[in-house]
Amino acid sequence: MTPNQTDRIATQVINVLVLIVVLILMFLLGDIILNGFPHISWHFLTSPSSPFSAGGGIRDQLFNSLYLLILTLIISFPLALGSAIYLAEYAGNNWRTGLIRTAIEVLSSLPSVVVGLFGYLLFVIQFHLGFSILSGAIALTFFNLPLLVRSIEGSLHAVPDTQREAGMALGLSSWRTIRSIILPAALPGILTGIILSAGRVFGEAAALIYTAGQSAPILNYADWNPTDGSSFLNPMRPAETLAVHIWKVNTEGVTPDAISISAGASAVLIIVILLFNFGARAIGAHMYKKMTGGK
Amino acid sequence: MQTYDLSDTHIVTPPEEIALSTHQLQVYYGNNRQASMTDASLSFPRFQITALIGASGSGKSTYLRSLNRLNDRIARVQGEIMYRNTNINSPKINVYEVRKHIGMVFQKPNPFAKSISENITFALKAAGITDRRERHQRVETSLKEAALWDEVKDDLNKSALALSGGQQQRLCIARAIAMKPDILLLDEPASALDPISTTKLEVTLKALTQKYTIIIVTHNMQQASRISAYTAFFHLGHVTEYDQTEKIFQTPKIQATHDYVTGNFG
Repeated sequence: MTPNQTDRIATQVINVLVLIVVLILMFLLGDIILNGFPHISWHFLTSPSSPFSAGGGIRDQLFNSLYLLILTLIISFPLALGSAIYLAEYAGNNWRTGLIRTAIEVLSSLPSVVVGLFGYLLFVIQFHLGFSILSGAIALTFFNLPLLVRSIEGSLHAVPDTQREAGMALGLSSWRTIRSIILPAALPGILTGIILSAGRVFGEAAALIYTAGQSAPILNYADWNPTDGSSFLNPMRPAETLAVHIWKVNTEGVTPDAISISAGASAVLIIVILLFNFGARAIGAHMYKKMTGGK
Repeated sequence: MQTYDLSDTHIVTPPEEIALSTHQLQVYYGNNRQASMTDASLSFPRFQITALIGASGSGKSTYLRSLNRLNDRIARVQGEIMYRNTNINSPKINVYEVRKHIGMVFQKPNPFAKSISENITFALKAAGITDRRERHQRVETSLKEAALWDEVKDDLNKSALALSGGQQQRLCIARAIAMKPDILLLDEPASALDPISTTKLEVTLKALTQKYTIIIVTHNMQQASRISAYTAFFHLGHVTEYDQTEKIFQTPKIQATHDYVTGNFG
């Protein structure tokens, strides 16, 4: 075989492999969206679920998912930012850094059921947090941390060392250089990382069944006092999320129109995650242009 | 590669006022026992350009970066660096203060991802200059000194990353001199620039000697002979010869220097 022929065959094999992946993805996305889209309506998005009769919506589940996501990010982002800055800027190249990195890797490969049960025992039972958004947010932080740390660390590493030298040569302290030069330069990458990890959190179900619970009590959207039991802002109330709802109506639920509800909810879930992804790209590109362009 | 006797050296002390000098400077990288820079003793005359030349790996950049303690984190530097009768290589010295007096411009232009004026005002704010007018004044003066003002005066709020390479490098010079340093260290500042930008940069540097002492590492021997008053030739981590630039290029005393400047090296 001539090098030319080998090259052609290899290219074709690779093309076929890529095609298979793309087809699987297209099929999945297409199937979910085509099947679910007809069930999405304004009524579906804005009315509460009804466990025993048809025609329920997903209003509270959708809100719970978003609220849980925000709480999770509030907890995990500062932790991840600190660790990533340590790993990227301060940590020496030694066994201790290696150990921290390995620990983070292991955290990211924990099965979500295990994290859910762990969260159940520790937060729900031991710490008396009960089935609550807070318990769920802490459990989700476990998933979110490794993703966030890795993406933030990557964004910080992508800022050239010449920027650090420039700061140092001007008599700035390391911290000042990191805070005011490196972090802003890494911001587009950091934002993209946050939004992509948000997609993962948004779709998580198994870990939440045991921590945030499976019930969706009636919420009062006019009550802005987070300490009231029925307030939509109360972080101590049990909260069924969209992903958990899909799982529940298909397993334990007795809802007569479970199939159309789960189809619609799945489509909503996928669409929101797709929006996150496109949003991440758009924001990242916009910020990069803003910082480098100006022409 | 031809071997030269490294103990064969010729190093003069300029008769002019000295801005900065080193005595027996040694630099060790990591855990190396072998010094990357051995016994470098040089005196740099005030308000002059001194060029450091030599092959890649000869230690000239290592030496230059030691002068404002930029090697602190990656290497051990022994010996004395005398500046205004103080040994600034002492561990007790406030390195941030040193770097305000001894500015640096790097090989690759490295403006911050900020606007042109913020590139300059940022370090000023950090240094505690709270008066806005004073900061703006310094932006204008330093950009004029760096011969960039006319090209950017209407675009001060645009991103510095949108400038050309040559403009970025002059912005980096402006950023360094806005801190009002005494001494400016330049590490091959023209190596990433085209010939026209290089010429502009050289003219700028010449003009800057009215107020600053300049030490420049360069691979370009024509550049060294065009702009510098004194030249030091580095070879394998040693300073082999240091004298007035024309002497180095026309009547070098040491064989290694002669071979290097005539292109018969290695």
